[in-house]
Amino acid sequence: MVEVEEMRQAAVEGVPEGYLKYTGRKVFIICLILFLTALLGIYAVNAGSAELSPTQVLLTLLGRAEGRLNIIVWNIRLPRVLAAVTAGIGLSVAGCVMQNLLRNPLASPSTLGVSQGAAFGAAVAIIALGAGSVQSTSADAVIINNPCLVTISAFAGAMATALVVLFLARVRGVTPEAMVLAGVALGSLFSAATIILQFFASDVQVASMVFWTFGDIGRASWRDLEIMAAVVAVSLLYFLLNRWNYNALDGGEETAKGLGVDVEKVRLAGMFVASLITAVLVSFLGIIGFIGLLGPQIMRRVLGGDHRFLIPASAGMGGFLLLASDTLARTVISPVVLPVGAITSFMGAPLFLYLLTRGYGRR
Amino acid sequence: MILSVDGVEFSYNSRPVLRDVRFAVNRGELFSILGNNGAGKSTLLRCLNRIIRPPAGSILIEKKDLFALPRREVARRVGYVAQRHESARVTVFDAVLLGRKPHIRWDATARDLEIVREVLGVLGMEEFSLRYLDELSGGELQKVIIARALAQEPRVLLLDEPTSNLDLKNQFEVLQIVKRAARERNIAVVVVMHDLNLALRFADKFLLLKNGTVFACGGREVMTPENIAGVYGIPVAVERMADIPVVVPL
Repeated sequence: MVEVEEMRQAAVEGVPEGYLKYTGRKVFIICLILFLTALLGIYAVNAGSAELSPTQVLLTLLGRAEGRLNIIVWNIRLPRVLAAVTAGIGLSVAGCVMQNLLRNPLASPSTLGVSQGAAFGAAVAIIALGAGSVQSTSADAVIINNPCLVTISAFAGAMATALVVLFLARVRGVTPEAMVLAGVALGSLFSAATIILQFFASDVQVASMVFWTFGDIGRASWRDLEIMAAVVAVSLLYFLLNRWNYNALDGGEETAKGLGVDVEKVRLAGMFVASLITAVLVSFLGIIGFIGLLGPQIMRRVLGGDHRFLIPASAGMGGFLLLASDTLARTVISPVVLPVGAITSFMGAPLFLYLLTRGYGRR
Repeated sequence: MILSVDGVEFSYNSRPVLRDVRFAVNRGELFSILGNNGAGKSTLLRCLNRIIRPPAGSILIEKKDLFALPRREVARRVGYVAQRHESARVTVFDAVLLGRKPHIRWDATARDLEIVREVLGVLGMEEFSLRYLDELSGGELQKVIIARALAQEPRVLLLDEPTSNLDLKNQFEVLQIVKRAARERNIAVVVVMHDLNLALRFADKFLLLKNGTVFACGGREVMTPENIAGVYGIPVAVERMADIPVVVPL
């Protein structure tokens, strides 16, 4: 009897260690993703038509290389790689939080039409308000002269969509599937509005605008990157600060309120920040679909739904996926560069269909 | 007296649900709220947790006005087990750790983990620690949710029909757990119940609600056939079987 009691005691004391091991494994996986992203980053700086070697890349990054290499690495490759990672992180955490706040595993900036709303807002600023100039060369189709105005306008479009989505979810209690249908409707509406706007632009402008609405990471300059990185970093920090709130929300609204969460405030503020990320990324890079669905959904399966780990893991996974997609887009039929949005959609659409057919319990 | 409710009113769209509800709960007591469907039981419980705010009346917890406290302070004092919970893809340990949320500033401390371990131990659920919530049975899930509320270390624990959807064994286990929690932690436990026999067996005090007003409130003595018939609208007899009081509809 004493022995049994001792064993019981040992089992009880073993729980935190077992639990710490379990959380340690999650931290390890997150670190692994970050490490793989860094490795892929070095490969991505290296890959391309200029035939650099990894050693040359490393030397250049350490500031020990001659002019041509410096230009290729510092002005072309590195901003592109960093922009891919930044945008991947931003879209993925935005999707992760939207899925939690709307209690909808199919939610993400692109599936709910928030990205399309932002693109419309940005197009209004660029074409109608003169915040940018449009050129015919596809590499730099749109030059944004006034990033502030473009972003604010994009944010207005994104937030308007997010508010409609929130209204449908909260007041009308729309199901997750119907919500995505509403997202399709909103997305089409904004795309149509963008096209009508283009109708008033010149032919050359239209060609570039069409190209622009497909996401492309290559157009990010260092200045754009700084703005994007700042917004994504602050938003990520904000989401991390709220991780316990998001966990509480997963237990249901009343449970969350019982745990002291101001549900309405957390939900509105979260959607606000997610829309802000979307707006900034869309105004500099165009619409890049499905990363906000792919990143968090993959990590949900690997790590479970605990936002303490899910948010950083989704961030890492989003960065990795978008960098991988962009590298693939640059190299698969090099020197032709495919729009990265096409690649992410090729990955994301099947997952989306899978989630839809499988009944998508929030797992 | 740890919880005192005085003159609470509430209405949904000008239809009164609660009218002049007043009662008091002491430490260590299991206080049951009884009444027919739509009598306002769940609404009353939601008022006690500040999920909804009654336009009139006062609710005091340890002599502090519930509605003057910040939400987080309320959550430190009042634990709430809702009627429905959603089972996310998290482990039992994570789910119970969430109960520490009102006490956590940036991240869970060793003390938080210790409290979770202890609560799981008391409920005999250590071996479930690393199981996922969506793999548990209804009874196990209900115990996890109660464990979460206990990890919150509340002074008042509110439960909304904690035994509906549970089998006989789990009904008894769950009520034994909350009864013991009331005694050992010296906290007030307020339970909305439908099963009069379970209430008679486990509760110390009874509040009979009818159409949003207090029909009767007190100890075992208020559970008379007349009162029960008055609330539920059917004649009953209160008998003793094996020295246990039971309510028999006639």
